[in-house]
Amino acid sequence: MLTLGNARLVDPEGDRVFQGGLVIEDGRIVEVFEGARPGLDCGGRCLAPGIIDIGVKVGEPGERHKESFRTAGAAAAAGGVTTIVTRPDTLPSVDTPETLEFLQRRAVEASPVNVLPMAALTKGRDGREMTEIGFLMDAGAVAFMDGRAVADARVFARCLTYAAGLGALVLGHPQEHALTDGTCATAGQFASQLGLPAAPAIAERIGLERDLALVEATGVRYHADQLSTAAALAALARARATGLAVTAGASIHHLTLNELDIGDYRTFFKLRPPLRAEDDRAALVEALADGRIDVIGSFHTPQDEEEKRLPFEEAAPGAVGLETLLPAAMQLYHGGHLSLPALWRALSLNPARLLGLAAGRLAPGAPADLVLFDPDTPFVLDRATLRSKSKNTPYDLRRMQGRVLRAWVAGRTVFAAEAP
Amino acid sequence: MFAHRHLLGIEGLSRADIEAVLDLADGYVALNRQSDKRADALKGLTQINMFFEASTRTQASFELAGKRLGAAVMNMSVAQSSVKKGETLIDTAMTLNAMHPDLLVVRHPSSGAVHLLASKVNCAVLNAGDGRHEHPTQALLDALTIRRRKGRLSRLTVAICGDIAHSRVARSNIILLGRMENRIRLIAPPTLIPPGAERMGVEICEDMAKGLEGADVVMMLRLQRERMDGGFIPSMREYYHRFGLDAEKLANARPDAIVMHPGPMNRGVEIDGLLADDINVSVIQEQVEMGVAVRMAAMDLLAQNLRARNEPGGAITC
Repeated sequence: MLTLGNARLVDPEGDRVFQGGLVIEDGRIVEVFEGARPGLDCGGRCLAPGIIDIGVKVGEPGERHKESFRTAGAAAAAGGVTTIVTRPDTLPSVDTPETLEFLQRRAVEASPVNVLPMAALTKGRDGREMTEIGFLMDAGAVAFMDGRAVADARVFARCLTYAAGLGALVLGHPQEHALTDGTCATAGQFASQLGLPAAPAIAERIGLERDLALVEATGVRYHADQLSTAAALAALARARATGLAVTAGASIHHLTLNELDIGDYRTFFKLRPPLRAEDDRAALVEALADGRIDVIGSFHTPQDEEEKRLPFEEAAPGAVGLETLLPAAMQLYHGGHLSLPALWRALSLNPARLLGLAAGRLAPGAPADLVLFDPDTPFVLDRATLRSKSKNTPYDLRRMQGRVLRAWVAGRTVFAAEAP
Repeated sequence: MFAHRHLLGIEGLSRADIEAVLDLADGYVALNRQSDKRADALKGLTQINMFFEASTRTQASFELAGKRLGAAVMNMSVAQSSVKKGETLIDTAMTLNAMHPDLLVVRHPSSGAVHLLASKVNCAVLNAGDGRHEHPTQALLDALTIRRRKGRLSRLTVAICGDIAHSRVARSNIILLGRMENRIRLIAPPTLIPPGAERMGVEICEDMAKGLEGADVVMMLRLQRERMDGGFIPSMREYYHRFGLDAEKLANARPDAIVMHPGPMNRGVEIDGLLADDINVSVIQEQVEMGVAVRMAAMDLLAQNLRARNEPGGAITC
């Protein structure tokens, strides 16, 4: 039995922050108390449910030189992420139960944090034939996604119908591919000045509206992996107003950065979808605050130097984010946009609910997946210090606030910061 | 004056920078018209032309400019060499850098590629066109042509017509002409106007006759034929009918208007062949002549900075 005392508990479910502590036994929370009790002293710092990050790319199988389960797990633990939900866009794609079993074996061997795998919705993620959704669910796939739009509406409709029958969760990537293929920026003055091939922001709304119509027709459980534009958020609100039960995520990068950060073709800012105009970013933050956006993720995408030291158009998209998710999210807290419990609903409680996990809460019976952090500690990020094998973070040299002090998975310490 | 290490775009240049290049270039125009065209501004220096995209005119112009100034000039046709074998742009740049060139002239199909390369080498880099981004020496030679013909480079009405969305020439010219305080009109079908152009300090016009009203300068752009497949315009004949420059449309401009084109021209697509050859209005050949002079001036200025930097105690910022 372990008692954590003298903490500021961040309770996303009860929507409050209070002085108190937790009692942990057999990897689970058995009691939440207010006030003081003897135990491990948390020094008055914030104690919250561990982050559940949906959409993490680990380089296994196929790209271990970019990230392995060991390095991704270490990065996650240091970032207060106690559960990573992995993407299937590996080499080869996670589209068979055999690959999924390999991945789970590697995850258990090497990762200190929980790993829940997602599987591809179509074979090879090429949008032609659906994967063995039933077998993959039996093997432990928690959701299905291709990480790109299934271009053919007929294929997608059949996938959704079949998935609905099994009660599977599908993560859509709402983009109209005909508009976004071959582009790397958001159409507008900035992209025009840089001369980058760009897609209009409306491509996201078109993609989302199609997906929503198919969701309505099939009744599948659907989550939009990441929305990034005001136009798509408006479409989401309209669909919800008609009673459609869909959820949506946003990447921490699109919540905290805009297209101007690309500056002189800085490829660490090349993301998919691309960074948007400031108006879109502001709309996204607002949607997060009012609950239209349910989930924040890092969309951790390790890329090595080779893939990024290229002209912007040719460079690979994506950024690592496991270790910077919490401090970047603190920017939204310090900026007065969201309270800590509201942030933790998007970082922890809502992802848990989406995946049907008992985690994400500070309540008896929930697993003791926890993060202790100081929301105020200022620091300048040095990408060389990241535990990820790839260092492609857009926050390099940025002033940030918020440090993870300790993380537990099932009551076991998986990360402890060195005393300053 | 001209405190720059590289010439990557017009974006980083001030009015004074632009005027410095043009003033020096005026002198080189005179030199180039003499029988003895030798000068020694680049004597002892090595210039490498790296063209990742096929080019005849620009490469020849840079080569001639370097040779007239006494540089040792090497042309690398990278389009069919090691880059095809998978070597990255950076590796190619580092390899060349190790050979100590002084001036590197680069054209690349990707926007921003020249910036990337410039950040990795020690020599002066000149952008000879990167993707759809910038083509600074083209804008400077256009400016020189205009200044010599019109006697000034400000308070003019300049119409830029054609495929603006895909044109680095248009981008550099919009920046340069805007900086020199001219009135700029973009004339093109809306599919060939870059998004956000309305916020670049220009007027946008879809009716060519109206757009040309009162224009002092008419700049035509090449319609890149590969764009035909992209569905940007319905057909070449409709494009020529609506946006091709002929005498009738030109009659809307000022009587003393000049017609420019960066070449190579598609006669009968964006410009009437006879008009292009009409020495009373067309300055297209003069643009080519100014091109050599402007490139000589730009390389001369960068070489002066290069030499100053190599002297003890000499340092140039930016």
